[in-house]
Amino acid sequence: MATTDTVLRLRLYVAGSAPNSARARENLAALCRGLAPERLDLEVVDVLREPMRALEDRVFVTPLLCKLAPPPEARVVGDLSDHAQVRRALGLEEVEP
Amino acid sequence: MSEADNTRQRTDIRKAPTGIPGVDEITRGGLPRGRTTLLMGGAGSGKTIFSLQALVNGAREHGEPGIFVAFEESARHIIENAGSFGWDLPALEREQLFFLDARMPAETVLAGGYDLAGLLASLQAKAEAMGAKRIVFDSIDVLLILLQDVSAERQELYRIYDWLASTGLTGLVSTRTEGGVDPVFTEHFGFLQFMADCVVLLDHGLQDHVSLRNFRVLKYRGSGFAENEFPLVITSTGIEVASAGITDSAKQYPVFTERISTGVERLDTMLTGGYIRGTSILITGAPGSAKTTLGGAFMQAACERGERALFITFDEAAEEVVRNLASVNICLQRFTDDGLLRIHALRSEARSAEEHLVFIKRLIDAHQPGCLVIDPLSALLKAGGELTGPAVAQRLLNITKQQGITTLCTSLLAGIEPGGEGSPLHVSTIADTWIHLSYVVQSGERNRALTIVKSRGTGHSNQVRELILSSDGLMLTDVYTAGGAVLMGSMRAERETAEALERERMRLDAERRARTLEEANAQALARIDELRREMALREAEMTRLKREQALSEEEWQLRQREIRAVRRADVNTTDIPYGTPPEQRDADTGGEV
Repeated sequence: MATTDTVLRLRLYVAGSAPNSARARENLAALCRGLAPERLDLEVVDVLREPMRALEDRVFVTPLLCKLAPPPEARVVGDLSDHAQVRRALGLEEVEP
Repeated sequence: MSEADNTRQRTDIRKAPTGIPGVDEITRGGLPRGRTTLLMGGAGSGKTIFSLQALVNGAREHGEPGIFVAFEESARHIIENAGSFGWDLPALEREQLFFLDARMPAETVLAGGYDLAGLLASLQAKAEAMGAKRIVFDSIDVLLILLQDVSAERQELYRIYDWLASTGLTGLVSTRTEGGVDPVFTEHFGFLQFMADCVVLLDHGLQDHVSLRNFRVLKYRGSGFAENEFPLVITSTGIEVASAGITDSAKQYPVFTERISTGVERLDTMLTGGYIRGTSILITGAPGSAKTTLGGAFMQAACERGERALFITFDEAAEEVVRNLASVNICLQRFTDDGLLRIHALRSEARSAEEHLVFIKRLIDAHQPGCLVIDPLSALLKAGGELTGPAVAQRLLNITKQQGITTLCTSLLAGIEPGGEGSPLHVSTIADTWIHLSYVVQSGERNRALTIVKSRGTGHSNQVRELILSSDGLMLTDVYTAGGAVLMGSMRAERETAEALERERMRLDAERRARTLEEANAQALARIDELRREMALREAEMTRLKREQALSEEEWQLRQREIRAVRRADVNTTDIPYGTPPEQRDADTGGEV
């Protein structure tokens, strides 16, 4: 479990403004609402703009969310609409409604 | 679509050669360039090899760089496997080929809908960077399984096809099918086929316990193609599709009139000079009826003419063939030594008929023979099952005919019953010359009889000959026919001796009778001489008699005159004819006495 001083490093690969990608951005924003800004390091990569980087990172389906830190690394594919799955993968505590 | 539209499209369509032997013939030039081909096939049908081979050939032979997107196997794995075909992928990979391992990592968490936009964007960038012309997706069903519903699957398929169409890449998309029961396959079957411009089906199955692969083009927009199923073989250099003879019509065969020796003098005579070059000869017969020996004689004759010859033997070592033939004075060793003759031994069970065909084709290409023997062809038929075997045999004969190779095949066959079910006689209809060897069993002996059942384009003897094998070689002799029976072997010899004795007896008899007649004639002549002598004597006697009589008349007349003179007769001095009776004489002379 992430402690209060660890930084959650995430990278979200999206394909421009495709519907799935747009929904993924929205869902991720909602999921991270409870997190202090200094504890979140989020990079969004648009594979349409940086295709070679996507290739190197072996990103083939979009949207794709990568958790880079803290370990273990994780890859979540999809528009992140399944919040429970995403929280489990990222190690986020349940946020009180 | 009207005929005119068809024609126009046919001329418009451009093709990307696959370089896979047979495929470009069947598709009349290759896969549709800049369009998508769907490659369907079951597990192990050769989809990955097929698509990789098309990609490698494009890069190597046509300077068309390519991308291989692996959804199913790891790219490393594929490269390693391809190494066994002798394709130098690591070298090609540096510049002309790009392998993308697009398998979804196992630990990936699925959380909602996704699409392939990222993949396609990456591939587009890569394709532009390396100037790729061809791309393979292997295999797309794995990708689709990850998508959660049918509409998403269909949407992503659209996306891929759209993308392929927009990039102008020649695409080869493979998908696994399991006889139409695979859920992905059935769900998308119609759609996949509709989207693709060309659909190719690879099929893998067993026939009579023999593994067989087939290749078939299901559709090809804007192009004609050969619609049949063609055998596909995976060889040590990749896939080959046996399409021999489909594009070449029969009239392109070289046609010869030259006669070449059968290696058996009297058989040449029976065939009015020998086999015709470029034709096929089938020799059938029971085991041990000297089929191989006739093949060997043919090979020897070819090599003696200085021709290259290839002897393919099934289930017998090359050395064995040479040794066995040497026992009937057919010496092939010297020709194998100088390389004119190649004897290649194959094991019939080692391959399917299709694979044998491909292998034999290679041997032919490598050795370039003028004469070929396949001993026995029945081994090839056996290896293929009832349906495939004859088809393979026919294709083999087509190939050799096209190359002008005179081919002699032997086949195990007990009797001549044309049209007999399950017999290798299908081949006998293809073969130009059919010679049948049989045994004739008489009085505890088996003798070999040779018959020419048919021989196209040549007069041939209709007589049965006895085939005699000896340490001097092969020999044909006339059989003894008498009273409707055909005699061979010692029966023939016995009969011939008996006949010779009978002839001698008759000769002696005639001589004796002639002598008797001559003697009789001689005796008759002697008798004639005797009679002539007798006649001569009688004639001499008659002459003497006449003379004597003449003398006595003269004497009588003289005496009469003397008497008259004594009597002083003064009248009638006329001579009285000799022999007149004395009374008459007295009367005439009247009382003068």
